Amino acid sequence: MKLPARQRTTRDLKSLQRLMTATLVRPLTRTNRLQSRWADGRTMNAVAASFIKPNDRLTSLERLQIYARCYWFRLLDILYDECPGLRAVLGEKKFTRLAEAYLAKYPSRSFTLRNLCRRLEKFIREEPRLTAPHTALARDVVRFEWAQTVAFDGESRPALTPDDIADRPPARLRLGLQPYLSLLALDYAVDAFVVAVKKGGEFRADASNTPGAAPQAAKLRRAPLPKRGRVYVAVHRHDNMIYYKRLEPAAYRILGALRAGRTITQAVAHVRGVTPENLQAWFKNWVELGWFCGQADQSR
Amino acid sequence: MPANRFNAFTDYGIGIGLRVPHYRHILEKKPVVDWFEIISENFMVDGGRPLEVLDRILEQYRVVQHGVSMYFGSADPLDRTHLKKLKTLVKRTKTPWLSDHLCWGSVDGTYTHDLLPMPYTFAAAKRTAEKIRQVRDYVEVPICVENVSSYAEFHVSEMTEWEFLSEVVELADCGILLDVNNIYVSSKNHGFNPYDYVNGVPHDRVAQIHVAGHTKFEKYILDTHDHPVLDPVWKLYAHAIRLSGVTATLLEWDDKIPSFQEVHDEALKANQFIDGARAAKKPAPAVASR
Repeated sequence: MKLPARQRTTRDLKSLQRLMTATLVRPLTRTNRLQSRWADGRTMNAVAASFIKPNDRLTSLERLQIYARCYWFRLLDILYDECPGLRAVLGEKKFTRLAEAYLAKYPSRSFTLRNLCRRLEKFIREEPRLTAPHTALARDVVRFEWAQTVAFDGESRPALTPDDIADRPPARLRLGLQPYLSLLALDYAVDAFVVAVKKGGEFRADASNTPGAAPQAAKLRRAPLPKRGRVYVAVHRHDNMIYYKRLEPAAYRILGALRAGRTITQAVAHVRGVTPENLQAWFKNWVELGWFCGQADQSR
Repeated sequence: MPANRFNAFTDYGIGIGLRVPHYRHILEKKPVVDWFEIISENFMVDGGRPLEVLDRILEQYRVVQHGVSMYFGSADPLDRTHLKKLKTLVKRTKTPWLSDHLCWGSVDGTYTHDLLPMPYTFAAAKRTAEKIRQVRDYVEVPICVENVSSYAEFHVSEMTEWEFLSEVVELADCGILLDVNNIYVSSKNHGFNPYDYVNGVPHDRVAQIHVAGHTKFEKYILDTHDHPVLDPVWKLYAHAIRLSGVTATLLEWDDKIPSFQEVHDEALKANQFIDGARAAKKPAPAVASR
C-alpha cells in the first residue's frame, strides 16, 4: 500500500488509517514486538518509516510498536477477564495462543469492548485444533461465559405478573422471554466449574483507554475439569445480580418452545413425564423470577 | 466558576471520574463531590447493573459524559447504532455537554479501541469537524473535543497539534476539553514546549480541563492514569486556567485506583491553582462568535 505524499481527501486519510490499523492488528512476536516483515515482503522498518516520523530517541518502528503493544495488551486483558473458565480449561499458554489467533481472525467490530467475545464460540468451532482435546468443553464454557455478559447488561422488558397471564387461554397465550435470559443445553456441567474457578467480583471492569503493561492474568482457583454429562442451564439476573439455574430437560424444552413463539399449549404438548403440579410450579417460579415479558397474548 | 456555551453555561467545579472500585463507597457514604464524569460506553447498554448504578448516582450527583470511541477523526462515517445509544444515554444523564477525543481508532468497521493520533492535515481537520457537527446536531448537546496523548507523528502532517486542534474546533464551532497531562506527555514524546501548546489554542473554547498522572519510561512517557498528578502538569494546569479562566476540572485515575478519598483529595489539589488564577483576576475570555 503506497500512501500519497500529501493528504488532500478523506480517501487519503482512510488509506493512512487502513495501513496503520493493519500494522496494529497483526500479531506480535513472542517477545511482543512487531513482526520483522510486512505482508508484501518489505521490512517492517521500511513500512513504519513510510508513514511515521522517527524522533531523536525512537525509530519509526519503535513508535509504531508502542501502539501495537497497547492494542494487543488491552484486548488480551479483556479476554483474560471475560474468560476465566476457558483459561482454566486450556491453561494460560494455550489460552493466550487461542486469544491471539481469535483476535487476528476476528478483530473487534463493535465500538464497545463488551462485545469482544461475541464470536469466540464460533471461532473455537472453526479452529478446533487450538482447543483440542477439550474443544467441546471449551465451547460450552465460552457459551456459558458469554451468557453471563448477556445477563449482566442485556435488555430487560417489563416482566409479566401473575395477573397479566391469569385467565388467559393457554392455547392462545404466547409468552416472551427476557432478552437477558440465556437457555443453554450443555454437554458438560460448566456452570459449577466456572463458578469454582472464578474469583469473586461484583462489578465488571470499566472501559478505559489507558495503556497497560503486558497482560498479567489474575490467578484462578484450581478446579477439576467437569466430566461429560448433559445439563440444562438458564443464565439470568435477578435484582441485577447474575445467577444460573439448572433446568429439568422438560423445563428447558418448554422455555425454548416459548422463546420460539409457541403457545403454552403447544410448548407443553410434547413434554412427557411431568405432572400438572410440576408444570404449575415451574411456571409460578418463572413468573416470580420475571422471565416472562411482553406481547404475551398475540391473539388479542 | 466561569461558564461558556461549550459547557452549556454551567459552573461545575472539580470532579472525578466515576469508577467501579468506588461505586460502593459513593452509594453508601454519599460523599460531597462537585460532579462525576462517566465513560459513556460503560453505560451504553440495554439494562442491568450499570444502569441501576447510574440512576442511583444521578439521584445525588451531577454527571457529565465522556466518550472513548466516537472517533471523530476516523475517515469512516459515524456509526448510527453508536449514535442512537449515545443519545439515549444523554437523555438519561441530562449531561450538559459531551466530550470525546480528537483522534481516530477504527477503519472499515474494525475497532482498535485506542485513541490513535491524527495526521495534522487540513483535509483531516475538515472531515473531523464535519463529524463533530453531525454528532452535535444529532445528540443536541454541546460537544467538546479532547486532545490525546501520543507516541507517534505522521510525515504528512502540515501543522502542529495545537494548530490542528484550533482548526478543528473553529470549523466545527465546538468546545475544547483541554487535557494538560496529555499535552505534557506529548510534549515530552515529540519535543515541543507544552506552554506553546496551551498558549496556542483558542482559550474562549476551553470548556473543561483534564488532569491525570503518567508514567516515565526510558525513551518516552506513557499516559497511564495510574499515579497522582505530577508537578509539571499542575503547573501547566495553573497556566491554562490563567489563560482560559477557571473552568470545570476533572481528575482521571483509571488504573491502580486507590481509595475514593485519595482520588478525591488529589483532584481537590486543583483548588490551590484555582485560587492563584482568581487572585490574578484574569477575566474570563469573550465567548467565541463563530
